[in-house]
Amino acid sequence: MKDYKHSVSLDVSKCKGCTTCLKRCPTEAIRIRDGHAVISSARCIDCGECIKVCPYKAKKATHDPLSCINDYKYTVALPAPSLYGQFDNMDNIGYIIRGLRDMGFDDVFEVACAAELVSAYTRLYIKRKNIPKPVISSACPAITRLISMNYPMLCENIMPILPPVDIAAHLAREKAKREHPELSDEDIGIFFISPCPAKVSYVKNDFAGERNYIDATISVRDVYFELIDKMKRRQDEPLESTESGMVGIGWASTGGESTAIFNERYLAASGIENCIRVLDQIDNEDITSLDFVELNACSGGCVGGAMTVANPYIAQARLQILKRYLPVSPNRPVSEYIPDEYYDENEVEYNPYNLLSEDRQTALRMMADIESITEGLPKLDCGSCGAPTCMAFAEDIVKGETSADECTVIMRMLFHEYLEQHKEKDKEQEILRKISAIKDGKNQKTNDEG
Amino acid sequence: MKAVSAENWGMLMSEPINFHFDVDGENFSSAGEASVVVKKKLRQLGFPPDVIRRVSIAMYEGEINMVIHANGGDADVTVDDDFITIVLKDTGPGIPDVSLAMQEGYSTARESIRALGFGAGMGLPNMKKYTDSMEIDTTVGVGTTITMKIALNS
Repeated sequence: MKDYKHSVSLDVSKCKGCTTCLKRCPTEAIRIRDGHAVISSARCIDCGECIKVCPYKAKKATHDPLSCINDYKYTVALPAPSLYGQFDNMDNIGYIIRGLRDMGFDDVFEVACAAELVSAYTRLYIKRKNIPKPVISSACPAITRLISMNYPMLCENIMPILPPVDIAAHLAREKAKREHPELSDEDIGIFFISPCPAKVSYVKNDFAGERNYIDATISVRDVYFELIDKMKRRQDEPLESTESGMVGIGWASTGGESTAIFNERYLAASGIENCIRVLDQIDNEDITSLDFVELNACSGGCVGGAMTVANPYIAQARLQILKRYLPVSPNRPVSEYIPDEYYDENEVEYNPYNLLSEDRQTALRMMADIESITEGLPKLDCGSCGAPTCMAFAEDIVKGETSADECTVIMRMLFHEYLEQHKEKDKEQEILRKISAIKDGKNQKTNDEG
Repeated sequence: MKAVSAENWGMLMSEPINFHFDVDGENFSSAGEASVVVKKKLRQLGFPPDVIRRVSIAMYEGEINMVIHANGGDADVTVDDDFITIVLKDTGPGIPDVSLAMQEGYSTARESIRALGFGAGMGLPNMKKYTDSMEIDTTVGVGTTITMKIALNS
């Protein structure tokens, strides 16, 4: 397995080494070492939880800078539908599209339009026989990676069709080439405006393989202020409006993707903890009779991404109003046939990231050691040692990544014992001193009397 | 609480390894937690996905049964060279007719429990289906012990 490039980074100078992110990481990917957080790239799924909870803003999503649009002759912006929910008092998506053009993009291709195609393909796909059910959405990269790490038996349930953003990038590039035959492939820059770091890693790691048509991923947050500025400069109504319908824009929040399968046998969950519980139950075959499962790592769906500006529920309320008078789903595939280039080339494979050892006997011995060390630990899961739980601490000790001295609870106990011993000694000394004082006093008296 | 000392970590375990769980009978929402923990441990030990799933489902069904019928109990999972053995022990009402209980769809669960999505009558049949052997030792009024084995070198 190639090294995974993750896109959550740490500003060491801001990190205080507090345990907030440590406790919230769903895959126990964070440790506090030498006074600051360290992220294990083998375990990180880029869900962005740590970015959202960091009280010192030390965790950041890495993404491409807006300035890289200057590297291309012709640029296309791919706004995620969640971008539309970021602005207050805006009643026409056309303002955003025109704003993006005013920022310097030559064209805008809405991801929401491609999402409608993916919804249509999903409806076709789930009707097939002999496919593993429930079909799990491939849209949230954090969930896909989580499944590859913890749910080996569910890898084949992930829908093999590319997520909307990749299809949007493909279509946008085709369109640019069609409209501007003079341009070469290198001249065209496709820019995804993303609500979340997981999408950044997805692109960086080339998870779409040969089918990666995105050149750069920029954050909704970076675009936000400049876009507001550009939108406010123009008072007149924009000429163009959204080409997406209710379905495409619905993808921005939880349940949007599911309702578009037009079939009630679906489950839609959001928030990483909820998603984990749902996956555990599906893995135990305890939820049956479902056709489709939509899981979003962020609460509320993509509007809850770590690179957005607005509160996810406020963004969701704005989107409801924006899509109110739109047609249901104006973007439809030309035929009932799912094009080959829309299939994901790379099947999701099980990645046993937490394997103790390749050798079973060694692994068993290590596990036995972990169990016996955990037995002696306080089980407070306080995080002071730098590991999220006492069990994780024991694992780190056995793997040789930390030492048992890091347990502050045990150290405090030992320190108290030490102090007690010293108190005893101090008392002895005190008594000896008193005795000698009395003796001295007596001697004094005897001397006086004599 | 005793402090960890360097001596008791390095012990070479040729003995089987055992994971013990108290299954809380009071709490429906926590039912299934032990099977999640076992799954993680088996992944760490590098067992193949299908073995992990079989252990997990058998254990999960057993856990749910103990919560529904027996007010909880003890779950023990032992891993040795040849088998993963799951022992579920409760002091519940016992099973009056084991062969009837083994029939798919047979359930004595109350309506209130069925309403929660449990008690479909697939628990014991699934436990048998996913394991290589299953023994039920039960006495009405005393309790039930179920021992399931999954062979590792088959």
